[in-house]
Amino acid sequence: MALRTGDHSQAATNGLKEKVLTLDTMNPCVQKVEYAVRGPIVLRALELEQELRQGVKKPFTEVIRANIGDAQAMGQTPITFLRQVLALCVHPDLLNSPDFPDDAKRRAERILQACGGHSLGAYSISSGTQLIREDVARYIERRDGGIPADPNNIFLSTGASDAIVTLLKLLVAGEGRTRTGVLIPIPQYPLYSAALAELNAVQVDYYLDEERAWALDVAELRRALLQARDHCRPRALCIINPGNPTGQVQTRECIEAVIRFAFEEGLFLLADEVYQDNVYAEGSQFYSFKKVLTEMGPPYTARQELASFHSVSKGYMGECGFRGGYVEVVNMDAAVQQQMQKLRSVRLCPPTPGQVLLDVAVSPPAPSDPSFAQFQAERRAVLAELAAKAKLTEQVFNEAPGIRCNPVQGAMYSFPRVQLPPRAVQRAQELGLAPDMFFCLRLLEETGICVVPGSGFGQREGTYHFRMTILPPMEKLRPLLETLSQFHAKFTREYS
Amino acid sequence: MQRAAALVRRGCYPRTLGPWGRGQSSAAAEASAVLKVRPERSRRDRILTLESMNPQVKAVEYAVRGPIVLKAGEIELELQRGIKKPFTEVIRANIGDAQAMGQQPITFLRQVMALCTYPNLLDSPSFPEDAKKRARRILQACGGNSLGSYSASQGVNCIREDVAAYITRRDGGVPADPDNIYLTTGASDGISTILKILVSGGGKSRTGVMIPIPQYPLYSAVISELDAIQVNYYLDEDNCWALNVNELRRAVREAKEHCDPKVLCIINPGNPTGQVQSRKCIEDVIHFAWEEKLFLLADEVYQDNVYSPDCRFHSFKKVLYEMGPEYSSNVELASFHSTSKGYMGECGYRGGYMEVINLHPEIKGQLVKLLSVRLCPPVSGQAAMDIVVNPPVPGEESFEQFSREKESVLGNLARKAKLTEDLFNQVPGIHCNPLQGAMYAFPRIFIPAKAMEAAQAHKMAPDMFYCMKLLEETGICVVPGSGFGQREGTYHFRMTILPPVEKLKTVLQKVKDFHIKFLEKYA
Repeated sequence: MALRTGDHSQAATNGLKEKVLTLDTMNPCVQKVEYAVRGPIVLRALELEQELRQGVKKPFTEVIRANIGDAQAMGQTPITFLRQVLALCVHPDLLNSPDFPDDAKRRAERILQACGGHSLGAYSISSGTQLIREDVARYIERRDGGIPADPNNIFLSTGASDAIVTLLKLLVAGEGRTRTGVLIPIPQYPLYSAALAELNAVQVDYYLDEERAWALDVAELRRALLQARDHCRPRALCIINPGNPTGQVQTRECIEAVIRFAFEEGLFLLADEVYQDNVYAEGSQFYSFKKVLTEMGPPYTARQELASFHSVSKGYMGECGFRGGYVEVVNMDAAVQQQMQKLRSVRLCPPTPGQVLLDVAVSPPAPSDPSFAQFQAERRAVLAELAAKAKLTEQVFNEAPGIRCNPVQGAMYSFPRVQLPPRAVQRAQELGLAPDMFFCLRLLEETGICVVPGSGFGQREGTYHFRMTILPPMEKLRPLLETLSQFHAKFTREYS
Repeated sequence: MQRAAALVRRGCYPRTLGPWGRGQSSAAAEASAVLKVRPERSRRDRILTLESMNPQVKAVEYAVRGPIVLKAGEIELELQRGIKKPFTEVIRANIGDAQAMGQQPITFLRQVMALCTYPNLLDSPSFPEDAKKRARRILQACGGNSLGSYSASQGVNCIREDVAAYITRRDGGVPADPDNIYLTTGASDGISTILKILVSGGGKSRTGVMIPIPQYPLYSAVISELDAIQVNYYLDEDNCWALNVNELRRAVREAKEHCDPKVLCIINPGNPTGQVQSRKCIEDVIHFAWEEKLFLLADEVYQDNVYSPDCRFHSFKKVLYEMGPEYSSNVELASFHSTSKGYMGECGYRGGYMEVINLHPEIKGQLVKLLSVRLCPPVSGQAAMDIVVNPPVPGEESFEQFSREKESVLGNLARKAKLTEDLFNQVPGIHCNPLQGAMYAFPRIFIPAKAMEAAQAHKMAPDMFYCMKLLEETGICVVPGSGFGQREGTYHFRMTILPPVEKLKTVLQKVKDFHIKFLEKYA
């Protein structure tokens, strides 16, 4: 159909290049968003993979994606029982199949009974299938030594990220100097900075102490808070424990101190605990914020507002792609909780397969169940391998001069500090790159190893780091760590 | 911290005016008394309260799961506890969830999903070869050959290719580029993301988003949340909910006085209205968007739900392309689809995609960056979408059963659509436009003056009052028209056509009986 007559003047006015949506007209907050984990270095890695596929010669035969906490992408196998239960839920005809153990079938039947139309294809209620939230509550109770959890305070989510964003959304208000400020650790997992940028909230950085294995110091929290009060209204404090990218597992004393601080200063606590099953170091133990909060007694127990997050993406499950997770809200104002329920309802519900996997993860086979032995063996194997890789990573990196790696107490990353010679820093600046981005790009180009520069997570001025996962297969890990160390040595010589 | 200070300096404040031009909140008054000391904590002080929370979130409403549905939930609990009611069950006719109302999933789809979930089954003789082939293809495209890996943020590559191929076939050869395809967590996710990226400006230059009235209240909810300006254009009830370009013109002209209209949303087939727009109408809308420089959002999740023999689904993409390069190279268009509707009804999987064309090249990077923060849409939903766009074809072993199941579902829906329209139109005081498509009836109801008074006494919208009474007396849960928007002084409710046929007949009869009684009671 040709342009209608009389419209030609309109065409001239429109101009072929003028678009409705341009960098100038788009949401300015979205423009500020950055997410280094899938940022520029990963885009470059993709290009290199493409070139390799096209047969371009490189100093390496494959790109190693050590940028993202995706265990199964790096070869970790899913837990059999989880996938069996899910398959039975997906295709209930399989309930008649001899190829599935009875306990998996009973689980699947129980879950399906709780679903609309007895099908995963129905929307669940927006906070997640009632039965599954009850199972999550029981898990939390067991984990926390009997401290009660109310299913009504549990909201299932599309991964933990989804719930974290929801909480932040609720918290963001005010304008100018009363705009909500949110304290986040530096280094942080950049979902936090991205969400705060998108919501136009104020990011308030508090620094973890690299000299003391990334410990959290309340004096530093206080420093950050007092400075922030000059220009915003700090309302929330985010903790990642075990830490990402830093891998530290906070002590109980630290958690108590944080809770006390949050209470005194009127801060809503967000406890990102997605790595609660990933604790490796001897002497380290996971303490849930909920448990510590409750055991601290009044006034904290009944009044300190807390949201704790968990996910099926990490732990021993590694089911990133299913986007399963939950948040438990503690001491939330009842009217606000209704608002949260309302907000969640707009997106209907989190994906039901993710809800199913979460259910099985929080209520695994009991010792008397037929699937118990295999489940235990698989779970142990995954966690043991991660622990071994954590240790190996710390060890190899610390053998390299100019690389210093804090103990990987938990999570699934190392975040070593690298010395970069002044001439390299200068070269980076000439190229308009952060020095550690420059280092990581060169590393990628010359070895195929893709890690994320520390500038993507935040770090003290003048220090440089990178985050590398511990997830590559065991047999590849040592050679990779050594290759990386050797590259660093070469890089250092080149720019000396 | 520098960055926070920079943000503040850059003036990146939230807007001072709400969607209806309301002034600053009391928070601004507090700005002059910035607290440097810790706030006093009284016994009952919470940090996060209705007063301190995000006002935009407070403004959000979503009637489909709103107050009447909460009431339905309460009543269900009472029934469970043995409390006697004039009915034995609550009928959830409020939400477009086919499988919750007994519709069966498509066998082939679930077979492929099961194979992807538990690849051991690839060795099982109980699965057809064509299902296994698709499962293998999907798994090979996944990291670690597993649904458990994050995919690329835009979605698994080969699935995007399959979606592009589907679109090309659907549109009679009009090419679709996989690079313009983004897989999403249901269509809602894509719609929300596109709106997010579009909203900017302040005061009178705040982005205005044109939406149909009646609308699916995801749009108003997202607009509230983003603090954008909602610009209503009314569908024409007297003409089967037709979209009239003059009305679009009226709406945009008035809107320009207080905002910057940048976006035009169309739902076709319509929700809640069920109309299927004519091709001419779609051309007119595209031309209007081109003329007024509006980014077009075409919500086409019901593209497989067309029942009226006089109607056909015309995709915005196809019509745009066929209007020639002046339009097809310039009009920015995002089209949305989902696994939740159609013949699939796979709501719980949260599968969907959007095809976004004519994006400014710099924007694409921004869009992918925004999506990357949430990593990826659920891979199981992506797999479901893949099967929807890549179903069994003639010659394949599963084709016959697949076709039968699909036709059965769609035939059933078509019958129920007609049944519903006919039955409602037999009731005095109810008028129901033809259900040309989608899965809802949106009949207009006459509410007598006395009932309006009663509603007012209860501080409820008249149609909410009506629906509450309906729920309390019959157990049938529908959503009042006020939840979707309607012309002032008119009242409606939205009811799904999803209960099984026999139950639907009973439901319709009960609504009829209730309505007649209601008219008598408030005469």
